Amino acid sequence: MTPNSSLHLWLIPVLPFVGFLLNGLLGRHLPKGAVTTIALLFTAAPLAMVTGIAVRFGGLSLPYIEHLSMPWIETSAFRADFSFMLDQLTLVMLLVVTGVGFLIHIYSIGYMAHEDGYWRYFSYLNLFMFFMLTLVLAENFLLMFVGWEGVGLASYLLIGFYYTRDSAADAGKKAFILNRIGDVGFLLAMFLMIAHFGSLSYGSVFGSIAQHPEMQGGFLTAIALLLLLGATGKSAQIPLYVWLPDAMEGPTPVSALIHAATMVTAGVYMVVRSHVLFDRSPFALGVVAIIGAATALFAATMGMVQTDIKRVLAYSTISQLGYMFLACGATAYAAGIFHLVTHAFFKGLLFLAAGSVIHAMGGEQDMRVMGGLRKTIPVTFWTMSAAVFAISGLPPFAGFFSKDAILYQAFLSPTAGPILWFIGLFTALLTAFYMFRLWYLTFFGESRSRDVHPHDSPWVMLGPMAILAVLSLIGGWIGIPKALGGGDQFAHFLEPVVGTPAGSASGGNSQELLFSALSVVMALIGWFIADLMYRQKPGMADKLAARLSAVYTLLFNKYWIDQIYQGVIVAPLLFLSRYLLWGAVDRGVITGGGSLAAGGVRGLGALVQRVQSGNIRSYAGWLAVGAAALILITYFGFSMHV
Amino acid sequence: MTVPIAYYLVLSAILFAIGAGAFLIKRNIITVFMAIELMLNAVNLAFVAFAHQWHKVQGQIFVFFVMVVAAAEAAVGLAIIIAIFRARSTLNVDQVNLMKL
Repeated sequence: MTPNSSLHLWLIPVLPFVGFLLNGLLGRHLPKGAVTTIALLFTAAPLAMVTGIAVRFGGLSLPYIEHLSMPWIETSAFRADFSFMLDQLTLVMLLVVTGVGFLIHIYSIGYMAHEDGYWRYFSYLNLFMFFMLTLVLAENFLLMFVGWEGVGLASYLLIGFYYTRDSAADAGKKAFILNRIGDVGFLLAMFLMIAHFGSLSYGSVFGSIAQHPEMQGGFLTAIALLLLLGATGKSAQIPLYVWLPDAMEGPTPVSALIHAATMVTAGVYMVVRSHVLFDRSPFALGVVAIIGAATALFAATMGMVQTDIKRVLAYSTISQLGYMFLACGATAYAAGIFHLVTHAFFKGLLFLAAGSVIHAMGGEQDMRVMGGLRKTIPVTFWTMSAAVFAISGLPPFAGFFSKDAILYQAFLSPTAGPILWFIGLFTALLTAFYMFRLWYLTFFGESRSRDVHPHDSPWVMLGPMAILAVLSLIGGWIGIPKALGGGDQFAHFLEPVVGTPAGSASGGNSQELLFSALSVVMALIGWFIADLMYRQKPGMADKLAARLSAVYTLLFNKYWIDQIYQGVIVAPLLFLSRYLLWGAVDRGVITGGGSLAAGGVRGLGALVQRVQSGNIRSYAGWLAVGAAALILITYFGFSMHV
Repeated sequence: MTVPIAYYLVLSAILFAIGAGAFLIKRNIITVFMAIELMLNAVNLAFVAFAHQWHKVQGQIFVFFVMVVAAAEAAVGLAIIIAIFRARSTLNVDQVNLMKL
């Protein structure tokens, strides 16, 4: 056994589950204050536990593994336990999930104060925390999959929170179904692992790979690519990204917590967690890098022309997740997780601030009717500015360090390379452009709305935003690269888990400085263009859109991807279901077969019921006939055989 | 001279067939009742014939049993018939159908 005294890791996910049960079962009858207390208490408790673990983290022997005494699945060939694992990667994820999660719970108190179904909202939120923490803490792929599915469920429930709106219900279904497609990949990958390793525990799978250095590519590539399919579903990458923009139908704090900070990064976490598999397959790594870079660029271009403030952020999230996948593809896992952390800070903040803006505008989400909010909601403005600067990659904000690390490693990596680096760099320009576009449209110029009297949000909402703003500013300082005089502590901290990137040895300090300078210049160019188009010459954007109407239309309609999916996949599937499966199989074979059997029996019954006439003498007649027949059979029938 | 057993059996079968036919065709309860008696006696004849043929006494004892049962049945049956006639003023079995659904 480990020399550590037990950390009771299992309590971390179970506590929010208790909160979910209490609020979910009793919340309807409890006063609002009690619901709030329960939800916050059972989110704060895991945060406290994680903080406690973080404080004594240096003294633990890692990785720390905890098995519950009760086995989960036990057969002769395969077993899976309720086992939890703690290592450096887990700790980072735990801190992000519980920390950001707790802040967003607090924010939600203010945001959801006047909504119906307050208790329902908080019980779902606690349920999400339970599954997300299970996902992060699991020590085998199966338990991770439980969390994986569970966060999908919580996401579905929360996207469809306003279930009376058709669009919200549809968006929830869309998210769930697209995730399900990815899950097929995850499941197949697990089956392959069981077939080849006989286990799903991280320790034995990665251990047996480590023992066999000759294992390269082959089925490992297959497993890696299938896992990647799962990750593209959960983390909204090409080709399964289309659910995330629609997921903005949910309440804004949900977008912040689930669809920006935590759940959508589960795919990145999963890839990093199984990096041992990916490391053995350069092909799979190349695919990861290409998907990441392509998604980053693709989503950024769509984000440039959106008019709904939350949809801009949704495309931005997809794009930033693309960066994380690019990092994974370049084997710079630490950089990917670094970006995951800083992204959780600034994108969570962006959504919370957007929620505050929407709150101030009385529910309006269209940026075209905003404007001039700088003076009326100053706190929101300043906190959001921190996030905008951070995501644009301007030093010394958090996003600068993490994005820089990714781009630099991508350039050096043999699996990513200069072309993908350039795509990433160009995307950085686009990122700065669309974020500053949002910034200018929302906060600068004259107010374009009538009869709205914006007011800043209550402190219960502004407090979490302020904390996240500070983190967006200083959060990147944990990973300042050596070239900028830092110690690159974050990468060193994760090194025992994820190793060092493949190409890192070849770079030099001056080269890294040059790259940093380049990406800052790109961000500044993006800022400048946005400034020009939306502040200095406000009419310019429309003129440009008119002149490049083909491009604009393409982007505004999001490349018609939704329509293409609808036409190529959904419509044929519906056709198949409706006419073949429902019409022919269900109504023809199944219902028809049933009717045939029932009709046959009924016909036979109609025929035979004549015997039951109720006339005693006819019964007696049948009796006589039967007796006569019996005699004839005994007399002739048996004699024939004898 | 002895009469062959086949004659007795054929006579028994004819009597039984007449009884069964009458039971099926007739509507008057008393006739139906008499048809039953006829069938019972046809069987009795067969029993006696076999007893005589094989020199066994069991067949004759069976016949006594059947006669006793038939007598008891006649007593109960006639009582029921009288009760029915008093209640329904008819002896047609097709009209005695109160228990029918």
